[in-house]
Amino acid sequence: MKFNVSHIAKLANLHIDKNELELLSSQLTKTLTYINILKDINTENTPNTDQVTGLKNVVRDDIVTSSFTQEEALLNAKDSYKGFFKVKGILENE
Amino acid sequence: MKYLPVIGLEVHVELKTKSKMFCGCSTQYFGKAPNSQTCAVCLGMPGGLPVPNKKAIEWCILIGIALNGKIALHSKFDRKNYFYPDLAKGYQISQYDMPFAKNGYLILQNGKKIRIRRVHMEEDTGKLMHEKINGESVSLIDFNRSGVPLVEIVTEPDFENAEEVKEYLQALQQIVRYLEVSDANMERGEMRLEPNISLTVKKGVLPPYKVEVKNINSFKFVEKAINFEIKRQEILLSDGITPPQETRGWNETKNETILQRVKEEANDYRYFPEPDIPPIQLTNEIIEKLTKFIPELPNIKAKRFKSSYDLSSYDIEILTRDKNTADFFDKAVLDGKSFSVTPKQIANYIINKKPDIEKSVPSEIIKTILSSSKSNTIDEQKLTSVIEKVLQENKNAINDYKNGKTNVIMYLLGQVLRLYDEKIDPKLVKENLEKYLNNN
Repeated sequence: MKFNVSHIAKLANLHIDKNELELLSSQLTKTLTYINILKDINTENTPNTDQVTGLKNVVRDDIVTSSFTQEEALLNAKDSYKGFFKVKGILENE
Repeated sequence: MKYLPVIGLEVHVELKTKSKMFCGCSTQYFGKAPNSQTCAVCLGMPGGLPVPNKKAIEWCILIGIALNGKIALHSKFDRKNYFYPDLAKGYQISQYDMPFAKNGYLILQNGKKIRIRRVHMEEDTGKLMHEKINGESVSLIDFNRSGVPLVEIVTEPDFENAEEVKEYLQALQQIVRYLEVSDANMERGEMRLEPNISLTVKKGVLPPYKVEVKNINSFKFVEKAINFEIKRQEILLSDGITPPQETRGWNETKNETILQRVKEEANDYRYFPEPDIPPIQLTNEIIEKLTKFIPELPNIKAKRFKSSYDLSSYDIEILTRDKNTADFFDKAVLDGKSFSVTPKQIANYIINKKPDIEKSVPSEIIKTILSSSKSNTIDEQKLTSVIEKVLQENKNAINDYKNGKTNVIMYLLGQVLRLYDEKIDPKLVKENLEKYLNNN
């Protein structure tokens, strides 16, 4: 098992130093090899457990409820500008 | 070498529910102050719990049924993970392996079947503006649109040219408008188009790449973008280069597509089931009940207008373009029946005079048609007396006629038309004259 750690880091939005790549790669390999033990278990007749409440069809009617004010919405924002959330420029060739 | 275009389409349609997909914030974001219609759910705050909008799900299913799709009895939502600040959560709630509808189709005028792979429900993103403030590049975010219900409709790569794509898109727009689930206004971004285009050397063989053109907001641009891509890829391929798999955007001013970002593989999104939303289970009864909400769709309406009213394809195309006009026409035909106003007369009136159907009543249209065509309904008694008078004054003409000089009837016709002080159909007058001459 070999990992493209920089790719995974990018997907996870993490900054990884070059000298960490090798170490993380071996650590991830170790971890996943261990987790692979699970593959030995026969789960053919075991249902998925992405839901554990047994609930279904929990929906709401199409009714408008009150929202935050603009001020409230921006209260915890690191930065804002004229009512907008402001973040560092995202590179896009538009 | 000759290349065949292979084109597929992804279309996003914003539903016109009152509230958002997973929270009660208003969907009416157009022209509103930024970030004035948000809450803990659509801002992705810790603890915010999404609860699906029942109407949005029903409307998504209606679109699926209208597109001849198979509706899933078991369905669920999934998280599509990515880091881009147009959604605050770090993921979009969408549907991955269990969309509400699968395997639908839409048939084009030429009989060609466009297969629809899936119709699924998701949420719209916030709006980003890329600006420079005090020399610094920044992105400004308005989350008012974040969480507005969005239906994605994906076709198989069944299109072979831009015309087919355009026809499909127009039909699709008409269907969602007939269903009254979306206004599908392109300029407002309520309908967004993403064609994927590649070229093959052999029909039925999918090329090893595809180029996606993102977020086009007009039928005209989609046509141009496709034709541009076909040419661009042809040049690359004839040079022996396989066009790279990539996402491009349409540039209106340059009239060309430009490279955006290299396409991420689907599994890069690390989809997994949305743990905060229990699965959706439908029954055949619910699906049947929803099916009853589907109005007569444009293609079926067009067939009926042909068989019941015998209208031309041109008339039918115009009358069925939107549901209100078609319904108005139907009512007018019903009202016109008792006054012997024909469907064709009504069709002509609606198409040529373009009455504001929002403000008119079908029965009033009938009255207008009747009064404008009154001169053509003949006062028989009056006509007879005029004919008698003309013949009285032209006894020689009668003799000429009886002696075989039938051309004289044209002279008599002229006299009658002159004396009859209203406009009148000459053909009718001629028929009456002939009858009179032959019986006396």
